[in-house]
Amino acid sequence: MSAYDLAVVGGGPAGVAGALTAAQAGLRVALLDAAPRLGGQYFRRLPETFHATREAALHHGLDRFLRQSRALRSLADVLLEHRVWAVERHGGLGDFVVHAVAGDREERPVTVRASALLIATGAHDRPLPFPGWDLPGVLTAGGAQALLKGNLVVAGRRVVVAGTGPFPLPVAAGLARAGARVVEVLEANGPLGLARHPALAASKLGEAAGYALALARHRVPYRARQAVVAAHGDGELTHVTVGRLDRDWRVVATRTVECDTLAVGYGFVPQVELAVQAGCAMGHDLDGSPVVSVDAAQRTSVAGVYAAGEPTGVGGAELAEVEGRIAGHAAAADLRSAVHLAAEPPGTAVHRPAEPPGTPAHWAAGPAGLAVPEPLLRRRARLRAFAQALHRAYPVRPGWRDWLTPATLVCRCEEVPYEAVREAMDLGATDARSVKLLARPGMGWCQGRMCGYAVACLAGELPQAPRRPIAQPITLGSLERMTDDPS
Amino acid sequence: MNDLAGARPEQPFDILVDGRAVPVLPGQTIGAALHAAGIRAWRTTRFGGRPRGLFCGIGVCFDCLVSVNGAPEQRACLLQARPGDEVRT
Repeated sequence: MSAYDLAVVGGGPAGVAGALTAAQAGLRVALLDAAPRLGGQYFRRLPETFHATREAALHHGLDRFLRQSRALRSLADVLLEHRVWAVERHGGLGDFVVHAVAGDREERPVTVRASALLIATGAHDRPLPFPGWDLPGVLTAGGAQALLKGNLVVAGRRVVVAGTGPFPLPVAAGLARAGARVVEVLEANGPLGLARHPALAASKLGEAAGYALALARHRVPYRARQAVVAAHGDGELTHVTVGRLDRDWRVVATRTVECDTLAVGYGFVPQVELAVQAGCAMGHDLDGSPVVSVDAAQRTSVAGVYAAGEPTGVGGAELAEVEGRIAGHAAAADLRSAVHLAAEPPGTAVHRPAEPPGTPAHWAAGPAGLAVPEPLLRRRARLRAFAQALHRAYPVRPGWRDWLTPATLVCRCEEVPYEAVREAMDLGATDARSVKLLARPGMGWCQGRMCGYAVACLAGELPQAPRRPIAQPITLGSLERMTDDPS
Repeated sequence: MNDLAGARPEQPFDILVDGRAVPVLPGQTIGAALHAAGIRAWRTTRFGGRPRGLFCGIGVCFDCLVSVNGAPEQRACLLQARPGDEVRT
């Protein structure tokens, strides 16, 4: 007998919505998150010791999330500062063990056992390498955002924000409002972006207009088809080379911009390690990211395992919340029917077999008898279409490879320069895995989380789903003390 | 800055970073406090001796590693500072 019906990994918009929906349906729910506060990356919160009365000014849609978080705490066990490093199926179907380490300093091993699992582990920034990208003062866009939202620290005085997609806009607007001089915002793709999808964009126009207004008020120029193609400084960032780009992101002209800080981001990498560990079928999103395949009810290919939010494809907080709610409804309905069936004679299937990985058409329709409210399914379809329009409007184009010099580090951890990657390919490495074995990119501390996308592109293939038996760093002591006596 | 969020942070305290006092607002991470104090590079890489500080800021890249009270390889961007902390880079 499991201690919980549902264990949710991740306390962002998807995890909180999923846990709350399931708990409201009567399930015993535990939610685990590595951070000291709920919110994930999107709703990264200030510490309570800041006594912020207008924290919502740093966010879009925070109040709604806070209401859900409060409701969740009264209905479920919320385990914060719990870093989940592995999940496994313990006995037969519907018996999962979640392995975590708890505490930020004196870590102790914790295991949580549950009949079902919701993976809502979010995403992290997807950087591209360029000369000087490892200089202090160069941050990911999400890193600059985390300093502001989580610490009220402005990343720098003179800041350039660069990358592609909608995310650089709120980052730039937040920095400008907080008092940084945002020198310019650079979008590597074309200026039209979403204008080609006016109907889809309509629901988001208000939010986008707010950022545009904030940038205009602070006289921040927004320049399309431009990117930072090199960062310079003696020990710290002092200036960047900005390239004017053609459609494929090849540099056609350059200029120099002085700045002490660069916030840069080219999309996001979904965090899918736990789904890979659990054996879930994977696919690729439009932007090439490995993602967890799910059906109309957010079920993965493994019975009892659900996924919601960015691990199923990057689509933003609103979509993540909707997917979380759908997963919560589905988990509750599936477990209820499993309990019902379990009362029947042995030999009856306890868990329904997983359905084949979903397609957008499949999602829109939804299988008959699905215990999810129709309006949620329609909202997901609309938001998913919007996310795919964003992926089409803001792709990473191949010309970024021309920004690299032979000495440019591709892998920051193992300090692997571009020339070593090329050498590995000359020696016959035809995929990212062989490049990694020959030249070591992705073998360091971050385990390829920062360079994995770039190395795959350079090797000429789509990034593969990461196989990491340990999803979070843990000490050998914790492994040793790991108990097989789950709570 | 604090006006933006209507924040009234509690009294700051100092931590020691390689013997130097660095002010912290209670609740801030060690990495955020360093960055706010203008210390943006605090580690050098094994091979090239290249300077490193915050990059991803959310615990993924491991660029910002420090040792805290003798415990090595802590991610400065994640670890909330406590009074009396001695940080070595």
